[in-house]
Amino acid sequence: MNLLSDTATLLGKELRTEFRSRELLTTTVVFILVVLILFSFAISPTAEESREFGPGLLWLAILFAASLMLQPCFLREQMNDTLSSLRLAVSDPFAIFLAKLIANTLFLLLTEVLMLPLFAVFYNVPILPQLHYLLLVLFLGSLGISIVGTALSAISAQARMRELLLPLLLLPLLTPILVVSATVSASLLDREPVVLWKGIGFLVVFDLVFLTALWLFGEYLLEE
Amino acid sequence: MTSLTLPPTGLRFENIDKRFGGLFALRRVSLEIAPGECVVLAGRNGSGKTTLLRIAARIVRPTAGKLSFPGASTESSGNGRPGYVAHATMVYDELSAEENLVLFAKLQNVPRPAARAEELLREVGLYERRGSLIRTFSRGMRQRIAIARALVHRPSVLLFDEPATGLDPLGISWLAKTLGEINRSGCTVIMSLHGESEISALATRAVQLDAGSVVADTKSGASLHSILTFGGA
Repeated sequence: MNLLSDTATLLGKELRTEFRSRELLTTTVVFILVVLILFSFAISPTAEESREFGPGLLWLAILFAASLMLQPCFLREQMNDTLSSLRLAVSDPFAIFLAKLIANTLFLLLTEVLMLPLFAVFYNVPILPQLHYLLLVLFLGSLGISIVGTALSAISAQARMRELLLPLLLLPLLTPILVVSATVSASLLDREPVVLWKGIGFLVVFDLVFLTALWLFGEYLLEE
Repeated sequence: MTSLTLPPTGLRFENIDKRFGGLFALRRVSLEIAPGECVVLAGRNGSGKTTLLRIAARIVRPTAGKLSFPGASTESSGNGRPGYVAHATMVYDELSAEENLVLFAKLQNVPRPAARAEELLREVGLYERRGSLIRTFSRGMRQRIAIARALVHRPSVLLFDEPATGLDPLGISWLAKTLGEINRSGCTVIMSLHGESEISALATRAVQLDAGSVVADTKSGASLHSILTFGGA
């Protein structure tokens, strides 16, 4: 019960501080918009090309936006040593991770929901027929990115070359989930859409495995 | 300010070592602090005072040795946890004074968190600024809110790392009065200080650290004065 109430309290804090400063959301939304518009004008893809390359581009934009968002996740806690006060206050340190990864997932999903209509317009890809499946893939993929990214953000925040370390660790670990998410998204946006359940199953397993690892070892990542 | 609801708690450091890489921050430190004592840690910069306090707060894990809280009923939850005031304020700049205190009160299962936050804000003289964001506060005001945060769960052990930092003479008098009240209510207080002040006058014991080891430990008035005056850097 303490874990859930602490997580809810900390999630409230994460959302309040972000919506007050709009530091992360502004950066990621602007970044994703620039990437989508830039590629749309630079390549001017046909509808067929968009179906082929669009999902890959979409997930690449999500990955880089996420790495921008995840970098300050634990770094902000170091400014006033608030991580120490949180560790002193919570009964289970996993609550700190859980609140941060839920907040990161929500911020990513919010960015993606803003991005999807623009993606459909600029790349001439109809997303409405398979929207519910597409949202499921976006959710599972974003959750996976947030779980791994939140854990790595805790590690990199304590390192000397922290700006370099996070992307360096993040990209190889996220390669499987990005490949699968892009493949499942591509099959959903195909002229004859197919739901790749194996791919969706892989995303679920990936999220569960890394969430369990974070639950088991998260406490050690917070130590000085 | 903080009426003690738990049995008084002491602290026992047994052969504590702390190494950061190859550097020893603490070397076989053994101390027994009785419930209700007010102990001053003195010593030069880098002598290990902050590390010892962070180990006592259980923010840092010792490399070797054991830390225990004799007399504590529940060590891992609620007001069994020490209150800790560090060099940094340990509060969120983007939250208001009241939001910060309510947040930490909720996390530590304090009954009626909003009422407790209001009580503390009045005590530290920041009630009128309760809705202001911390980033708009002066250094002294930040220090007051940091102290209020440490007291929010009515801890039975309080750890202060140079608590007078940023406080003006009035603030120091207020802190000395507050610490005196807290200590008299049975709370164990351990603080690191440089030099003598109204706050150091509360000390019933002084421990001097040098290069991570305890080099002096006294309860007598004259030695206590000597440690406080010459122990700092």
